[in-house]
Amino acid sequence: MSANALSQHYAEQVRQVQDGLPAELPEWLAGRRRGAAQRFVAAGFPDPRQEEWKYTNVRPIATKPFAAPAADAPVSPETIAGLGFEGLDAHRMVFVDGRFRPELSDLEGLPEGAMVRSLSGMLGGDTDRLEPLLGTLAHDRFSSFAAANMAFMSDGAVIMLSRGVRVERPLHLLLVGSAGSPATWHHPRVLVQAGEQSEVTIVEHYADLDGASGFTNTVTELRAEAGAQVRHYLVQDHADTAYHIGSIFVQQRRDSRVTSHNVNLGGRLVRHDLNIDLTEPGAEIELNGLFLVGGRQHVDTHTRVHHSSPNTTSREQYRGIGQGHGRGVFKGRVLVERGAQKTDAQQHSANLLLSPNAEIDTKPELEIYADDVKCAHGATVGQLDETSLYYLRSRGIGTEAARGMLVFAFADEVLERMELAPIRTSIERRLAARLPQAGVMEVIA
Amino acid sequence: MLKINDLHARVENGTPILKGIDLEVKPGEVHAIMGPNGSGKSTLCQVLGGRDGYEVTSGTVEYLGEDLFELEPEERARAGMLLGFQYPVEIPGVKNIYLLKEAYNAQRKHRGEPEADTFQFLKLVREKLQMMEMDESFLHRAVNVGFSGGEKKRNEILQMLVLEPKLALLDETDSGLDIDALKVVSEGVNKLRAADRAIVLVTHYQRLLSHIEPDFVHVLSDGRIIKSGDKTLAHELERSGYHGIIGEAA
Repeated sequence: MSANALSQHYAEQVRQVQDGLPAELPEWLAGRRRGAAQRFVAAGFPDPRQEEWKYTNVRPIATKPFAAPAADAPVSPETIAGLGFEGLDAHRMVFVDGRFRPELSDLEGLPEGAMVRSLSGMLGGDTDRLEPLLGTLAHDRFSSFAAANMAFMSDGAVIMLSRGVRVERPLHLLLVGSAGSPATWHHPRVLVQAGEQSEVTIVEHYADLDGASGFTNTVTELRAEAGAQVRHYLVQDHADTAYHIGSIFVQQRRDSRVTSHNVNLGGRLVRHDLNIDLTEPGAEIELNGLFLVGGRQHVDTHTRVHHSSPNTTSREQYRGIGQGHGRGVFKGRVLVERGAQKTDAQQHSANLLLSPNAEIDTKPELEIYADDVKCAHGATVGQLDETSLYYLRSRGIGTEAARGMLVFAFADEVLERMELAPIRTSIERRLAARLPQAGVMEVIA
Repeated sequence: MLKINDLHARVENGTPILKGIDLEVKPGEVHAIMGPNGSGKSTLCQVLGGRDGYEVTSGTVEYLGEDLFELEPEERARAGMLLGFQYPVEIPGVKNIYLLKEAYNAQRKHRGEPEADTFQFLKLVREKLQMMEMDESFLHRAVNVGFSGGEKKRNEILQMLVLEPKLALLDETDSGLDIDALKVVSEGVNKLRAADRAIVLVTHYQRLLSHIEPDFVHVLSDGRIIKSGDKTLAHELERSGYHGIIGEAA
């Protein structure tokens, strides 16, 4: 489709979405959406000439006239159960093609003071509580995809915890694609407001039904108030034909602690932007990431950690594995503001190439405007260590099994930081299945 | 068991290092190969272990009647030839117990025996850990990561005790050990001694041999065995140094 025709297509899409929204939509919301729609239509999709998109060409996305999927697809509870993490005891919200499906979800037993609702439900009449949350952290400075989400979103999850509320069981957000047409898109939005001293584990989990393919453009806005503890898992396990763009915005206040686990196994073209703002002393973020790219997959992660207050800490560890013709990108930016003394920032990116045709680019970027800080970073791209391989073989372990053990060990150093064993185990299994070396799981089990 | 015949080898495309080694090792025997730095001790171990980067230019090595060079490193190990490393390798993320279990079962599979279940295997390993005065927590630590020099060498011998090789080839197992660790490691090696097992110790120093008594001592110099004898040769070396022995042989 020509650029002009596409632009008209999206202008029409914007009109349709606006028409479909409740008439009583408050002006603040209508205004934010209008603004985002205008910005998206004006900017179009990102271009590799833009610095932030240098390694990722979204042409496969930018040349398709995406539209919202048709009516609710029939999906059975058994199918949903099959996509979950075996053994994970969790509250569950299921979304199919971006729409909340209460009949497939289970939100029983949430503690008092924990509000977990669908965004569509709240847009239908409870918008006041959304005003301080929706679109107030997200911005489209680095990507027009966040604007597209604001313009086109219709559903998602809203999680609000009052002061001191501790949600014991994790909250599993399962977002499933069912549409067979690759030209469908949806724009889930996840809003998290973790009140002072509250504690919660949120699992954002993307998967596709057999034969499904499409474009998921998601935005997450997460606020951790003073002393809050939030563990955020992002498991992207789409079909290998799917497109996935995720923009995550985190704002942390005094002594809050956020842990992020970002695992990318599936998808054809995947990009994540994690924007972290540590705004008050004592705020701490831990960022763990793992991606595996094979076939013709392309997975790009940009993290931006903004130390805007003194005495803040970030620990970042990202690992990538490339096989086949896979292509991986990691760019980690750490920005220490003037006056953000005693910042402690560590970033490490390690990457493993298992095939001569795979490629991984890693780029740390430190910008430091304070003088009393501890900042360290390291980035490596390499192959399996021959000496380790020889050592294992010299004990009688076959070459393939030895390679498998080493690749697995490399990935596991990130996965072992996960507290939820069922998720870790499930990812280990998926990983083992995707590695050419057979029988890795038997070794590890 | 092991028959080395006129072995010549070099680092790939480098200068010759082994210049005609002859050695025969029979079951039940303990041989010590001693030599100064640069005499070819490590190269001999690497060539026997099958490490990449070394080139055999002539000569033969027979192990249990087979051409050793026809076997991949893992096949050598499964056939019972194990090499204890001078510098045991650190492998982050691979737990000791996984390495031991995989290696143990690879060997059993090779012999056509059923794989050991976890319970049986743990029982066996615990017994061996005790012999090496090692804590069970070692099993759950990544292979050699953060181990002291002594712990690494103990770990090598632990693997030997678990895998029960027919031929144990120990490359500078005594280097980097303090007196206490040397004692534990030596005792471990002595426990390996058996009528159907051969042990080859490669070492620079005589001190290991006061803990492990060899049946034969060979002096390696400039890629050749220049003198062989019984354990008294080691004492002679201690008195006159390599210089004396090499001068006498020249």
